[in-house]
Amino acid sequence: MTDTRQRIDALVTSNDILLFMKGTPLFPQCGFSSRAIAILDHLGLPFGTVDVLQDQDLRQGIKEYSDWPTVPQLYVHGEFVGGSDIMMEMFESGELKQLVGEPSA
Amino acid sequence: MAAQDIEALIRAAIPDAAVEIRDLAGDGDHYAARVVSASFAGMSRVRQHQAVYAALGARMGGELHALQLETAIPSGDHQ
Repeated sequence: MTDTRQRIDALVTSNDILLFMKGTPLFPQCGFSSRAIAILDHLGLPFGTVDVLQDQDLRQGIKEYSDWPTVPQLYVHGEFVGGSDIMMEMFESGELKQLVGEPSA
Repeated sequence: MAAQDIEALIRAAIPDAAVEIRDLAGDGDHYAARVVSASFAGMSRVRQHQAVYAALGARMGGELHALQLETAIPSGDHQ
């Protein structure tokens, strides 16, 4: 499990915006993941995704890493931001845009 | 899982919580909850949600598949 923790460390620090999700951006396998992708698409910045359905260690490991029982989970600059409900609240309030920064023109 | 069970678990852990539950799909499996508690004051959104998840324990992501969650601190206007 420490191995998984190190893998997650590496993932969240090497991607400015990283979403742990079920499925892929084109084919999300869950409504919450689909909503998270829609929000990230609106922000207009590049983001990475990890499909936890492809990796049982990560699927369990990310829950322990973040102390968060569900997927999707968003990380920005290595920090856990929240799940899709928090993403939606922060998107609507403008906080999420502030957090990730403006897309470069 | 029944809506009143979800509410009871949350209120057991957060006694002052005002809990509103909506059954989103009518299937007893997809819920939205709004939890308002003064105990959330000073906590980040993540910590507020974690407090609710802690109240639900291992059910979250298990027998309780989907819970759309919103947390808030009571505003003076409504309390």
